[in-house]
Amino acid sequence: MSTQSTPRVLGAALATAVVVAFLSIKLNAFRDYQIAEIAINVTAVAGLTVLTGLSGQISLGNGAFMAIGAYTTALLLLHLPWLWFIAVLVVAAAATAVAGAVVGVAAARLRGPYLAGATLLLSVALPSVAYAYPGTFGGDQGLDVVFTTPGFLGVNFPLTRWQAWVCSAVALITLILLANLSRSRVGRNWRAVRDDEVAAALAGVNVARARVLAFVVSATCAGMAGALLAIVTELVAPGAFTITLSIALLTAAVIGGLGTLPGAVWGSLVIVLVPTYATDVATSHGLSTSVASNIPIVAYGVVLILVMLLFPQGIQGGVRWLLGLVGISATRTRREASGPDVTPPAGKAPASQHEALLAQGSDPPESHEKEGTQ
Amino acid sequence: MVEFLQFTLSGLSFGMIYAAIALSLVLIWRGTRLLNFAQGGMAMFTTYIALEVIRHTGSYWAGFGVALAAGVVLGAVAELVVIRPTLGKPELNAVIITIGLLILLEGLAGILYGGQYRSFPAAFSVIGLKAGSTPLGVSRSDVFVAVAVLVAALLLAIGFRYTSAGLRMRAAAFNATVARLSGIRVARVITVGWALAGLLGALAGVLVSPSTFLYPNSMDSIFVFGFTAAVIGGLDSPAGAVVGGLLLGVVLSYAGGYLGSQGSDLTALVALGILVVVLMFRPDGIFSGTRMRRV
Amino acid sequence: MKRSHHLRVPAIAAVAVAALTVAACSSGSSSPGSSPAAGGSSSAALTASAPGITATTITIGSHQPLTGPAAPGYSEIAPASAAYFAYVNAHGGVYGRKIVYKYLDDAYNPTTTAQVVRQLVLQDNVYAIFNGLGTPTHLAVLSYLNSQKIPDVFVASGCDCWDAPTTAPETFGWQLDYIREGKILGQYVAKHFAGKKIGYFYQDDEFGMDGVKGLDYEIPKSMVVSRQSYVTTNVNVAPQVAALRASGAQVVVAFSIPAFTALLKLTSLKLGFSPTLVVSNVGSDPITLSGLLESFAKQGGATVNGNALTAGIISDGYAPSVGDTSNSWTALFKKVHDQYDAKAPFDGNVAYGMGAAYTFVQAMLKAGRNPTRADLVSAINSGLPQGDFVAPLAYSATDHDGATGAYIGIINNGVLTQEGPVLVTDTSATGAITTYTGTEVQAPASGIPVP
Repeated sequence: MSTQSTPRVLGAALATAVVVAFLSIKLNAFRDYQIAEIAINVTAVAGLTVLTGLSGQISLGNGAFMAIGAYTTALLLLHLPWLWFIAVLVVAAAATAVAGAVVGVAAARLRGPYLAGATLLLSVALPSVAYAYPGTFGGDQGLDVVFTTPGFLGVNFPLTRWQAWVCSAVALITLILLANLSRSRVGRNWRAVRDDEVAAALAGVNVARARVLAFVVSATCAGMAGALLAIVTELVAPGAFTITLSIALLTAAVIGGLGTLPGAVWGSLVIVLVPTYATDVATSHGLSTSVASNIPIVAYGVVLILVMLLFPQGIQGGVRWLLGLVGISATRTRREASGPDVTPPAGKAPASQHEALLAQGSDPPESHEKEGTQ
Repeated sequence: MVEFLQFTLSGLSFGMIYAAIALSLVLIWRGTRLLNFAQGGMAMFTTYIALEVIRHTGSYWAGFGVALAAGVVLGAVAELVVIRPTLGKPELNAVIITIGLLILLEGLAGILYGGQYRSFPAAFSVIGLKAGSTPLGVSRSDVFVAVAVLVAALLLAIGFRYTSAGLRMRAAAFNATVARLSGIRVARVITVGWALAGLLGALAGVLVSPSTFLYPNSMDSIFVFGFTAAVIGGLDSPAGAVVGGLLLGVVLSYAGGYLGSQGSDLTALVALGILVVVLMFRPDGIFSGTRMRRV
Repeated sequence: MKRSHHLRVPAIAAVAVAALTVAACSSGSSSPGSSPAAGGSSSAALTASAPGITATTITIGSHQPLTGPAAPGYSEIAPASAAYFAYVNAHGGVYGRKIVYKYLDDAYNPTTTAQVVRQLVLQDNVYAIFNGLGTPTHLAVLSYLNSQKIPDVFVASGCDCWDAPTTAPETFGWQLDYIREGKILGQYVAKHFAGKKIGYFYQDDEFGMDGVKGLDYEIPKSMVVSRQSYVTTNVNVAPQVAALRASGAQVVVAFSIPAFTALLKLTSLKLGFSPTLVVSNVGSDPITLSGLLESFAKQGGATVNGNALTAGIISDGYAPSVGDTSNSWTALFKKVHDQYDAKAPFDGNVAYGMGAAYTFVQAMLKAGRNPTRADLVSAINSGLPQGDFVAPLAYSATDHDGATGAYIGIINNGVLTQEGPVLVTDTSATGAITTYTGTEVQAPASGIPVP
């Protein structure tokens, strides 16, 4: 995780905020919308990368948490339209945190693929609640969300730019908070539990509490992302929270660099921009619809495979390697008092993975080989 | 009472399909400790190949055979080309690669065969069988589905236990280093494992496609339930896969039948409920043999 | 080594800036402004009278499920519309302008719909959104399009939520909405199957539920012995069919998509259940149904085409059946299909897409030589000819519904054959269903609407 001290983190966040604000004014309204989309994904993916990368719990259900955040937002704004958005955001985050605690407790004993299966089914099953109770949740048509620019900005301030600002602000604050969290004892406990549960327990870490806390944090981030999604798309419907969403979030986390916060940004850029770009390229070539509409899909699949083959540590790993080439050392200087830095050299024979995995019984903590540092 | 029988039998026949997918996932898990998210996509693709063969030759069984062969080839190729490079790397990388493979196969199917529904023939008649004058809720086709999956599972079990090839696979999965030291070509064994999983997936695809119609995303929800069945039964246990599949199929059938008009909405929630209940008592699935290390 | 740290995050920011700037440079469009309205005289020069309109082109956009689980069937509609536009373009276009139809894939996901529609409006500067498909998907962009005053015409969905002239003045429906359809089918069922037991089989969303609402307006509650719903994510409908059978239903009214109508039929065969089937228009397209069922129609070794399994299904139609080759509209659409969309099967979806495109061309012709966006909306508000529909379109300043009526038909030999007159009605519980006495409008000989 980030080893920068707080001033540096804040400085970086401030710089990014200035850049984003500049871009949002310079670029057109559609790009503003994309900035908002990317920021929403960053918020959700950052939480997931912490959960899966730092605490070693694989979750395919963060789409469900986004749904909870989004529906909470929609219901609040529907019944209490005078609420300020910041209050709505806090309530949505809190509601999702509770859900995260419930899921975390239920999943506390689950490992690896069993946790993956349970969270996968959660993301499939939760949206169907909206279908089952259409009176409250609007059924398949969903709930409308009304979101307008605040009065003090004047009538001519474009809504898309305001949405981009709000989403980017939430994303940046989330990143700052997560960076701090990962450098704190909580983060160290997570890494300890991830790397060797038994050793961590022997060292006095409350394993169950650490795992549940990770779920709560991850769910809160996803819930906030869901709230942002509600105000940006202005409709909350179950069709937006399919299993594809949960899988896309995990994909973004791993592609970007699992366990790294810049990785959340890279991954979000990939899942938002690559399909759009591929669609533009495909449709401009005059192919038949069934071919042209599937080419972006094929391209996206190929991109995923290639990035994972070429950059096993994700894009952030590639960035670090690039910076290393240029002569900028990107290793940590300060050893944290966390668990052992478990990084088997790349290219180790398959046998060792099998051995290590099988020696522990059914399944070890997921990110056994993961390098969770910058 | 008649409905109960009908629900049970139709639940069992869908459950067999989930069991087939679960079996292929178990095979891959035991061999390479990976979750193959592309299993459903590979099954869909081989079923398209079967459909083309059936259309050109007019013979169902030719298509059936080609599908199984294509499954073997597809599984082996996938392992060699995209999975092999990931061994030794963080295991989520391989999961993402299988997700990429799934997306790639769905897009490719859309390009090659179009996105419309295709009707896939059943092996035998779909007219319901009757006990006297009471419809049982299953057809000859459903019986064939159940028999085919059971035969496949049995052959796998026998193969694992009683043949030297099976012994090699079990050894390689248990302790790859020692297996290698005994002269077992672990890499080849892994490829064979994926090839067998591909065959099972292809079998599931041709067996279920008459009921789902064939289109690029047709195996998506079958995969989700198959994965759930594997988790319920325990990812290390082929028997668990079959039991998990049948259990899931039957309970979902009852849910759909007895919960009235909300039953269809709540199917996924019921599945989640079953999963939660099972995992609460057995966090590694019903048939898990290994114990967790606790302090 | 401490010095390396502070280069890292700004470097990341720099890369992000670079990425976004590259992306921005490749698009380079500004936000749409309004252009001065041009005059409407018949010999006026063609000007760029609105965003999306140039002297030579009209650009319109749409969101469609081209991939994903909702794609089968629906993904045929937009290419069919594009085919009809290509035909019109080849024969002089609209006042000499060619129609450019840009439809983007949203995979039936409202989040994606919101994104692609903004892309069409903000980046591609489309003149209007045409035939946006799906209820939850289009609802995601309804308020956006109306607040931006983008004409949102002929939505491809049977929800009656597109008829809201006060809150959504830019939005117009087109196809027969599901409540009207339910009423028309319900009246037929109540009359022809009086005293029999009726069962419902419906999709568990607004499509099925609106249809059931309409059915309930006409069918007495006492006749309905079972109501079974299904979700598109679960293809095992055996529980529902078993329940229908157990209830003793002799007639099943299905508001289902073709795949599930076919599953209903197949599962009924499995359960030895043979009710009379009454199916809504969308789910009864004979070509699609036969295609889905053809693998199961073998009898005693000989292959019969799927038509045998669709015979006797009762349905409704609000446009001519594609199997009715003597109909002038079918002949026109077949000609266009064979020339511009030959790879697709010639089925109900293709006729739907072409019919909607035809109505759009009519509207554009009425909007004038150099129309603004407002001109298109007022053109539709002043009423449009009914095109290939069997009953008039309802468009007016206070009514944004499209089709108002349909005929009942029975499928025979893969063709929906009309039985009885065209019936028109409204969406209210008590609105009467009346016979439409007007005659069907023939397709123009040239295939292009006359201005």
